[in-house]
Amino acid sequence: MEFLQPSTWEEALAAKAAFPDAVPIQGGTDVMVEMNFDRRRPDVLLDLGRVRELADWASDAGSLRVGAGVTYARVIAELGAMLPGLALAARTVGSPQIRNRGTVGGNLGAASPAGDSHPPLLAAGAVYEVASAARGARRIPAHEFYLGPKRNALEPDELIAAIYLAPAAGGQQFAKVGTRNAMVIAACSFAVAVDRSARTIGTGIGSAGPTPLQAPDAERYLAGVITDEGLWESGRLPDEAVLERFGALVADAARPIDDVRATASYRRHALTVMGRRTATWALRDGR
Amino acid sequence: MTVEQAAELTLTPVRSGVGVSVPRPDGTLKVSGRYAYSSDLWAADMLWGATLRSPHPSARIRSIDVGSARAMQGVHAVLTHNDVPGRRTYGVERPDQPVLAWDVVRYQGEPVALVAADHPETARRAVAAIVVDYEPLEPLCDGDAAIARGARKLRENDNEVHRVRIRHGDVESAAGLADVVVSGEYEIGMQDQAFLGPESGLAVPAGDGGLDLYVATQWLHVDRDQVAASLALPHDLIRMTNAGVGGAFGGREDLSVQIHAGLLALATQRAVKMVYSREESFFGHVHRHPAKLRYEHGATREGDLLYVRASIVLDGGAYASTSAQVCVAAASFACGPYVVPSAAVDCVAVYTNNPPCGAMRGFGAVQVCFAYESQMDRLAAALDLDPVALRRRNAMAEGSVTPTGQVVRQPAPVNELLERLRARPLPLAPPTGGRDPRELPGGVSNTTHGEGIRRGVGYAVGWKNIGFSGGLDDYSTARVRVSAAAGEPLVEVHTAACEVGQGGITVQAQIARTVIGIEHVVVLAADTGVGNAGSSSASRQTWLTGGAVEAACRAVGEELLGRAADRHGLDPRDLRLRDGGVASADGSVVATLAELLDEPAEATREYRPRRTTPLDENGQGDVTMAFAFSAHRAVVDVDVELGLVRLVEVATATDVGKALNPQSVEGQIEGATAQGVGLAVMEEIQTVGSRIRNPSFTDYLIPTILDAPAMPSEILELPQPDAPFGINGVGESGIVSSGPAVMAALRMATGRALERMPVRPHELAGATAAGGASA
Amino acid sequence: MRLKCTVNGEAQEVDGVWEGESLLYVLRERMALPGSKNACEQGECGSCSVYLNGNLVCSCLVAAGQAEGADITTVEGLAREDGLHPIQRAFVEAGAVQCGFCTPGFVVATHDLLRRNADPSEMEIREALAGNLCRCTGYTKIVDAVRLAAERLELERRQA
Repeated sequence: MEFLQPSTWEEALAAKAAFPDAVPIQGGTDVMVEMNFDRRRPDVLLDLGRVRELADWASDAGSLRVGAGVTYARVIAELGAMLPGLALAARTVGSPQIRNRGTVGGNLGAASPAGDSHPPLLAAGAVYEVASAARGARRIPAHEFYLGPKRNALEPDELIAAIYLAPAAGGQQFAKVGTRNAMVIAACSFAVAVDRSARTIGTGIGSAGPTPLQAPDAERYLAGVITDEGLWESGRLPDEAVLERFGALVADAARPIDDVRATASYRRHALTVMGRRTATWALRDGR
Repeated sequence: MTVEQAAELTLTPVRSGVGVSVPRPDGTLKVSGRYAYSSDLWAADMLWGATLRSPHPSARIRSIDVGSARAMQGVHAVLTHNDVPGRRTYGVERPDQPVLAWDVVRYQGEPVALVAADHPETARRAVAAIVVDYEPLEPLCDGDAAIARGARKLRENDNEVHRVRIRHGDVESAAGLADVVVSGEYEIGMQDQAFLGPESGLAVPAGDGGLDLYVATQWLHVDRDQVAASLALPHDLIRMTNAGVGGAFGGREDLSVQIHAGLLALATQRAVKMVYSREESFFGHVHRHPAKLRYEHGATREGDLLYVRASIVLDGGAYASTSAQVCVAAASFACGPYVVPSAAVDCVAVYTNNPPCGAMRGFGAVQVCFAYESQMDRLAAALDLDPVALRRRNAMAEGSVTPTGQVVRQPAPVNELLERLRARPLPLAPPTGGRDPRELPGGVSNTTHGEGIRRGVGYAVGWKNIGFSGGLDDYSTARVRVSAAAGEPLVEVHTAACEVGQGGITVQAQIARTVIGIEHVVVLAADTGVGNAGSSSASRQTWLTGGAVEAACRAVGEELLGRAADRHGLDPRDLRLRDGGVASADGSVVATLAELLDEPAEATREYRPRRTTPLDENGQGDVTMAFAFSAHRAVVDVDVELGLVRLVEVATATDVGKALNPQSVEGQIEGATAQGVGLAVMEEIQTVGSRIRNPSFTDYLIPTILDAPAMPSEILELPQPDAPFGINGVGESGIVSSGPAVMAALRMATGRALERMPVRPHELAGATAAGGASA
Repeated sequence: MRLKCTVNGEAQEVDGVWEGESLLYVLRERMALPGSKNACEQGECGSCSVYLNGNLVCSCLVAAGQAEGADITTVEGLAREDGLHPIQRAFVEAGAVQCGFCTPGFVVATHDLLRRNADPSEMEIREALAGNLCRCTGYTKIVDAVRLAAERLELERRQA
């Protein structure tokens, strides 16, 4: 096994170009588990922990650029006000020890349908920047990034550089269901983002399909009712039945299976409830 | 660290006697990271052992090819069943489990071959290079199916490991008299001990052809007997030391690395270390028996129990382990701590291809408690009686007769335990909205801001045995030596009782301090250099080894009094040990210990408690040495829409006989309670087709500190007759009724029947196949 | 490969490290520092908690090479010259130690909590320590120990 440790982004991309099978490692919270459990024996490990360019976030023309190496702990501490949905999700990731090491970029790289970052990023309409030495940077909208269980849209020579998304323009919420009240992998999860300037609703579903999913019908339905009934202006909450219907449409968008963490039918049921509740909170938050 | 360095570590002397919450003598080493756990041991030039395990729950082995593994650089030995020089099987009760499988494998994870190599990764790669040709067979996955007519026989005779049939009173007549009859079918999932320190050990070949084994275990002598048999070595050539144990809870009563590390060490003539990963640990020890329990209770309309019928199937998995004794315990305690005039109990432990099951804290008493307490709640509902009132009406007391016909000749304060709990104020009801998510079901996962929450309160009471049951010769041994070390008298206590975290070494030292009256007491490492202490299980060590320590201390004391009497021409009956010296009846000092200890004084004593008897053909007999009683009241908040739970408070009331170390007693009760509530709401080894789906701490969940409830404990001290200092065992009683109390509270909150433990969110929420909630 | 780092204030240099090894393995098996415990190898139990450049981490999830040049503090480095750290003493006195396998991780995690929050509420304690599993105590006495340690440290600060 080889261990490569670039200190600049350029070196990192060159290394990935030279060793397309190299496994990138940042906080190690996914990769090391696979190594420790003898599930993975890459020929080359590519440590991105020293690449300065990945470790920071910045505000750029009304959009935030969050480096792929920013830890969950920093998302909570530094970005909570601007990205409340992502921060809520970050707070549920593992333990303090994990949040000190794990990164949003790592979550994207692993592309597990249970990853906690994906639903709030989908809901907020995030765009991911990836790059290669040969072709430079390109941007992939979150909803085009997830191709299958633990498969994403990265080419073999590419690395994840950053996440772009706008600061919240309305309430954002995240909820996840598991059988433990801390340190639990999602049986299923849901994020909602209300955008009062664009007058849209965004959604993200975790752990209830082969990839993280959105619920476009639910988004259009709720935004439509709010618009039709003049609720953007009045700030009133939609009727209970509307929120219930939103939850049901969220559940309809899921493609869950039975597995060790929950049954498919429970996942649908939980999404209905979480959809209704989180939408209520998010609409109330941003009034 | 090396074994020599480990032996040099000094425990903090215990300078207080019984009844005081003296800190653990190993506490300083443990908090500073210097305590020597079995996995911390190291030897110069040592090799790493690894185990090849079967991927199939049931298969024939056509061939095993170790050629390429043996050829790998850094590999020093690859062993199969052909390399076991002695008995090819082992087992704590009956030797039915292959040291290394031949011909067939009977569960997923069964050891097939061993490797010793110079680095753990080399050993893993070599294990992966061994080629085994399996012919997979259809596994027998279900306890009921195993005893169904026409089931495939996993053994020569049938698939029963053990069966107990209790016939007490006249159930048929009683059934005719009952005004109310309730029945139910209950199920318990497979719980794991989930001790934090995975199995590990170091085997060191000795110059005399024997072996020194440093292993984390619960019972050194029975380990040694099994190791000696399989290695074909005389017992005295196997020297075992209990290396630091990272928790046990029953899971170390069966062997893990002992024989394997020994085989590799003898084959390579090098020290061999074996450490299981967490995943391997799930395959490397026995679990709590899953159970199906069918019950029928009959009572008068006033609420007097008339009879209980119970039929219990315990899934023992692929090998016997302690299934027979678990079966005896489950049957003996099947009706609960109630006066049940007539009982018919049939309990069977069966072989399947599931993971082997055996000892886990609570040992048979846990499974039945869930069923009989669920039945009591069901009966209370049918009679429109308060559940606590129904329990109190039928509660056992001293002098009651159990369904095995045994008279309870000890305090049996079932009524008082319930009364104590009932009298406790309930925790405050939840305010509505705006609360800290950490205080709500779902916790930091942010699933509710107050929506859907209902509170439930439930009670349960349980009982279980202390000590080995059913006529087994239960005893322990202690050697106590008093000497003058640098002018100061020193007491050294040496037993083979395994410290597994429970604090046995603390109370042994406290007993010695109290009996001999010398301030400086140290407990030596447990090893086979002293007689058998029995297992650190069955809540028995404080009583039995404590009894042996007390007896040995008294003998040493008599020796010292005798020396004083001889030297001063006095009658030893007039002398007493006092304040580091020998005093006469009037209190005047006759001799200092320093002058009497020109030679050390030493005594070894065995302690045997009252004998038990086996069950007869009707399941009658004085099977139980002593009983432990405890009760719990659980208060839960349930998000009834999502089926998520927050445990608000689980209060306990326990009779402990006498608290030798009150802080340790609380610690045992709190820890056991937490394991019991874990079983109620989250803990289960899930199998599909006899394969474990969740062998990791990601998916086998145990409670975190955020899940653990407040656990106030009411401690009664009603002295046990015949026990040293009047103590009773406290290691297990906390686990018996805590889960059932939580289940009762969950029923109250949700209105659902909840006949399966652990309960799953979809059962609490009542999500239907169509995806809707009927809540 | 060769690994150089500082552990508990001392420069360490080890050779022959396999690239797939974790920092935990290096500490335990190559640097004779077995205080950090190996209980799950997947960041679920916290028994291997150490400080890595001032951050509380699970050392089982740090690849050995990632620790190159790092400043590491383990449980062995917390005791003071005159004996145990007040957190360590509190764990012993409160009865928060049984088998003790989780204890080093709890001690380090508590150290991290109390340097960030000198007077944590019960819920803050429970959230901060949720990454450390204990199977023996039921956690009640661990909460007691953290409170006791916080009081003692506060007293020390006032006296200083």
